[in-house]
Amino acid sequence: MLHTVNKSPFERNSLESCLRLSAAGSAILLFEDAVVGAVTGTNIADKVSAALADREIYVLGPDLAARGLDQSKLIDGIKVVDYGGFVDLSVEKSAVQAWV
Amino acid sequence: MSEIKKFMYVNRKAPYGTVYALESLEVVLIGAAFDQDVSLAFVDDGVYQIMNGQNTTGIGMKNFSSTYKALGDYEVTKLYVEKESLEARGLTVDDLMELTWEDEDDDYEEKPSIRLVSSAELAEVMADQDVVLSF
Amino acid sequence: MKFTIQVNEGPYQHQTADSAYQFTKAALEKGHEIFRVFFYHDGVNNATRLGLPPQDDRNITNLWAELAEKHELDLVVCVAAAQRRGLLDENEASRNGKDAHNIHPAFRISGLGQLIEGGIQADRLVVFGD
Repeated sequence: MLHTVNKSPFERNSLESCLRLSAAGSAILLFEDAVVGAVTGTNIADKVSAALADREIYVLGPDLAARGLDQSKLIDGIKVVDYGGFVDLSVEKSAVQAWV
Repeated sequence: MSEIKKFMYVNRKAPYGTVYALESLEVVLIGAAFDQDVSLAFVDDGVYQIMNGQNTTGIGMKNFSSTYKALGDYEVTKLYVEKESLEARGLTVDDLMELTWEDEDDDYEEKPSIRLVSSAELAEVMADQDVVLSF
Repeated sequence: MKFTIQVNEGPYQHQTADSAYQFTKAALEKGHEIFRVFFYHDGVNNATRLGLPPQDDRNITNLWAELAEKHELDLVVCVAAAQRRGLLDENEASRNGKDAHNIHPAFRISGLGQLIEGGIQADRLVVFGD
């Protein structure tokens, strides 16, 4: 399963719910405002890091760039993809679940 | 006849404040005609959609909560409710409507539609879906 | 691979429509098939032909229409959600005694069954929302 999250974890609980309800082996893509959850030094960074133990986490590069966030500040283990990479992930995984 | 897919409708928003709950229910009712393997999940504020005793007379909006009671007649019989979401909101399953379906293979016995599950159990059910419609 | 895309929010208010458009375009560029794009909730507002964004901004309705023309996309607007919000095609307008219609010709109005069919027929359903 590819889980997509598009809201800031400082505004909504969608990332937390996704982390709670995504099974081991699934992938999570942070895009739109959710990309702010991919950087170090936030109060949710530890939770995101912990999830990397059994899930892959990706972030959409164009949304990071649009918000002035530097890729060098990403939490270790989070991978950057573009829209094509988003498409590839949704093909690789069995289905896509949006945490809207 | 194409293969049957597992469809899950994930409800995470309270009713009335936004239209998502009502319009999700409209999709579920239409979708019931397609003979797929359907289930609903109530997570986060979605659990408020199936609260007992909803009364909308004071807000001038249609109370659509009784429609959830009709889901059994549409053969929508698997309603997963996440225990952790209820607990976080100070609720128990007794605060929810009694939702049932009649099992025609078991002498039309009335059976509960609500399946109270833990986060871990729900995560497994979700991981197994073919199509997830999120509202 | 075959995709159905669901768009739940209108243009400009949310990034939803932009993200859905970029995803759809990327999928087509990779040679995938878009079985259908289904507009639901406020997403039906993507279909208005009367939007007038400033000239230096993107026109999301036109972007969808251009992509649809190039790739013969099936852009479907939910009739129930559209009627609630005053989005009508010529046929719906005359049937309901309304004096105007506003659906862009690249889009078509149909029922929710088209969304379910999209979920059944496509290999992946991808939802974009708020």
